[in-house]
Amino acid sequence: MNVQPSLRRIVAVVAAAALLAGCAATPTREAPSPDDPFEPMNRVSYSVHEVVDGHFVKPMVQAYVDYTPQFIQLGIRNFFGNIDDFFSFINAMLQGKPDKAGHSLGRVITNTGFGIFGIVDVASGAVPKSDEDFGQTFGVWGIPQGPYLFIPILGPTTFRDGSGWIIRGFTTPIGYIPDVPVRNTLWGIGAVDLRAQALQAESIVGQAALDPYTFIRRAYLQRRRYLVYDGQPPPAKEDDE
Amino acid sequence: MTHSGCRIGSMARTASRAGLGGWLFALMASFLLATPALAQETPDALVKRVSQEALAIIKSDPKVQAGDQARIRELIETKLTPYFDVDRMTALAAGRAYRSATPEQKKRLAEEFKTLLIRTYSTALNQYRDQSLEYKPLRADPNATDVTVRTEVIRPGQPPVQIDYSMGKTPNGWKAYDVIVGGISLVTNYRDEFTREVQAGGIDGLIKTLAAKNSGGAAR
Repeated sequence: MNVQPSLRRIVAVVAAAALLAGCAATPTREAPSPDDPFEPMNRVSYSVHEVVDGHFVKPMVQAYVDYTPQFIQLGIRNFFGNIDDFFSFINAMLQGKPDKAGHSLGRVITNTGFGIFGIVDVASGAVPKSDEDFGQTFGVWGIPQGPYLFIPILGPTTFRDGSGWIIRGFTTPIGYIPDVPVRNTLWGIGAVDLRAQALQAESIVGQAALDPYTFIRRAYLQRRRYLVYDGQPPPAKEDDE
Repeated sequence: MTHSGCRIGSMARTASRAGLGGWLFALMASFLLATPALAQETPDALVKRVSQEALAIIKSDPKVQAGDQARIRELIETKLTPYFDVDRMTALAAGRAYRSATPEQKKRLAEEFKTLLIRTYSTALNQYRDQSLEYKPLRADPNATDVTVRTEVIRPGQPPVQIDYSMGKTPNGWKAYDVIVGGISLVTNYRDEFTREVQAGGIDGLIKTLAAKNSGGAAR
């Protein structure tokens, strides 16, 4: 019954935000960043995200963090972390890194078997955790990062990383669970867990940034470059000297 | 007799002179030794000492434990900022605009940037939980004047976060001019932000935005 008005409210808020953002974006004329050719569109997306996330997603996720017992949150984190490890294994293989692949596979086998489908991180401490993903694999293969994108709810990405997300979305084991309610519940919990991980970093951005959009963009691109180079990026060229 | 007496007298004079001289020498030596001793502290030893000291206070100070922001900021200001080369950080972040700024503008910009960094750092410290720090061995030439000190934050069940400090040798010892957290350089991040503000309102516009941001944060 009351689904209808709340949905209409969301649409109205989103539309208003998009309008406001459109107005706000027009007068500022800046040299476009080479990484972000779609900046005007992305800024609109960012404003929409701020509203939707700030009003609906973030309060829900904050409630999850504040009121769910710590051990349940940790179990959920570990469960999805186990799936991350599985993809780390696949991508370490694709990047020709047998050591990382071995560690990740070892973690998956140990934690799935002895840690009840990954809920307990039995391998923690013993086997190092890595975080390879498809976007990094493409980077290692020499595919350029492509334009930067900000997608409402999902956050910052690039063409390269976004392609990785899509591949992962189609291949994740969650998608192959035959029971639809279970599958959808896991998708939902996974999304909440993912968003919860960003909460801490976000409070720092709120304090540090003069313009959060610019700040998040540079931080994201720096972070991804660092990950592609496995923590040893070559020094960036100084465009200002 | 007179001869030997004379000799005793001269010996006594020498002795007293040696006493004063010895004292002066000791005083001077302590200054001379103390200064190079501070300057000679290797950058990795400095990072380790300063972070250990800060963490010890964070873990023991009841006000910090209770999340008292004023106390946390005071702690950062007295314990950490002396080891940061804020002028150099400001110059790097503001780039070309900094070089054409007046000394007065430079001073105000550095002051506001410092305040913002302290606030940001205190927000980050507030989230410090049961993590532990690890210090990587320093791989640098002993005569190097610019080094990167690598540390790692170990978090249970998650990949570690690498925190690197870019450090330069100054007349007052080693000082950090950039912090790179998980591959994100603070200075690089602020360079984009500063460029944007300078384009919009010049260096004064940037100072104003920073000041507004800093005073706005206080009201919260």
